[in-house]
Amino acid sequence: MDIVIILIKVIMALVWFLLLTLYLTWLERKESAVVQDRIGANRASIFGLRIFGLFQPFADAIKMIFKEDFVPVFSKKFLHTLAPFLSFFFVAICISAMPFGDDIRIAGRTISLQIVDTNVGLLFVLAMLSLGIYGIILSGWASNNKYSLLGGIRGAAQLISYEVALGLSLVGLIMVYPSLQLSKIVQDQGQLLFGFLPKWGAFLQPLGFLIFLFAALAETKRVPFDLPEGESEIIGFFTEYGGLKWGLFMMTDFMEIIIISALLTTLFFGGWQIPWMGSDGFHFPWGGQWWMARWLVIVLQVLAFNIKVFFFCWLQILIRWTYPRFRYDQLMDMGWKMLVPLSLVNIVGTGLLLMVVK
Amino acid sequence: MIKALGYFWELIKGSLITARHFIVNMWFHTLKLFGIKTKRSGAVTIQYPEQKKALASRYRSLQRLMRRDDLKPRCVSCMLCVTVCPSECIYVEAAEDPDPEIQKYPAKFVIDLSRCCFCGFCVEACPEDAIRMDTGKIDLSQLDRRDLVYDLDKLLE
Repeated sequence: MDIVIILIKVIMALVWFLLLTLYLTWLERKESAVVQDRIGANRASIFGLRIFGLFQPFADAIKMIFKEDFVPVFSKKFLHTLAPFLSFFFVAICISAMPFGDDIRIAGRTISLQIVDTNVGLLFVLAMLSLGIYGIILSGWASNNKYSLLGGIRGAAQLISYEVALGLSLVGLIMVYPSLQLSKIVQDQGQLLFGFLPKWGAFLQPLGFLIFLFAALAETKRVPFDLPEGESEIIGFFTEYGGLKWGLFMMTDFMEIIIISALLTTLFFGGWQIPWMGSDGFHFPWGGQWWMARWLVIVLQVLAFNIKVFFFCWLQILIRWTYPRFRYDQLMDMGWKMLVPLSLVNIVGTGLLLMVVK
Repeated sequence: MIKALGYFWELIKGSLITARHFIVNMWFHTLKLFGIKTKRSGAVTIQYPEQKKALASRYRSLQRLMRRDDLKPRCVSCMLCVTVCPSECIYVEAAEDPDPEIQKYPAKFVIDLSRCCFCGFCVEACPEDAIRMDTGKIDLSQLDRRDLVYDLDKLLE
């Protein structure tokens, strides 16, 4: 029975994840269009039904699937094929640690809306995001093309640099909520600060939040930080890929956006918590309560998680369509001379504050 | 690092500009979705096959041949347009007209649009105002090149 429940959870999480990924490509097109006073892709239709180009992702997918699966003769065939799958797999697996909602009770059984609730959930996600680098290095190296290799090296250097800031920015957060278990971190964020402010990570760790946001944007390797790829002029690590393999790399990018959004939500914006909402309805700090049925609370909380994730996806796409690309030395300067020292300051400051409070 | 932090405010200002564009444009798109007419729209795009921009009054589009009051073509086969045409796409074959005032009429008048560069010299050269480029037709693409050769009947409409 447990296996069945876990299977259902895996399938539901993956369906959620991949559908959201598909529609992020739509959102990317539409949002960039609206930001630039355009309309965006709206011609894909089924029987003349257009509905704002909502079928566009499917048209793209069909196109990519039916393209020729091409491996250049000079590439290392096995590794060349393996690279996109590695890159895809290590991002896709991150979803297993994300808490979508509170525990639900069905027929005397407690089911957590999370695939694996490990006590090292945060480390697991960070580790898997780091392992994704192998996909990039491998694709650059296995393509056996010097420009791909250069792109792969640029990607590896960038991701490893920002990995440091990414990890260090979360140390302060781990000190505040003394846990690495994502579900417990979310549970803690349901409490109140000074009696009225939700105890969210963004209020407790504002500096940590900003550093994490920047480092995470660099991790997604999209436009302000797109030096590994540089689709407009420099040549990136997936030069020798086409069709569905290239599509996997592109999907990895979008899935990273979702994972980063889910992490931002879970760690800094209360996960599925709604401000002042307990397990039985709202308890307002100015007095007054609003009782709700248990199932309604769960539904609202899952909805709250989704809305927060959508918002951060929207924000990341907005950032991607606002800023030009960093120069490589600026990128390294920002990583090593700004984010890492700031995150160290954040750790020391958090430690001192915690000592004073205790 | 201090300098880099100074840029931070500029970064926020930049993203506020794009966010403003997003919100303002979405507002007009939403109004349009509910059928509310507004002065400006959410996008500057003109959705071409459905919406067409008005052509300028002197725009040079597909040629047409003019007719006299008795519906015969005005052309007197003087060959001026054939001479002036830089892409040599006009072919005229003259025939004798019984009316001594007219003397000649075109037995054949062919324009090969696949060669025409729409310079409008033929219109300038014509002494009889027999050819004009004011039909406003600009979507002239064909699947076969032979369909682009317009003869007298087609040009007279």
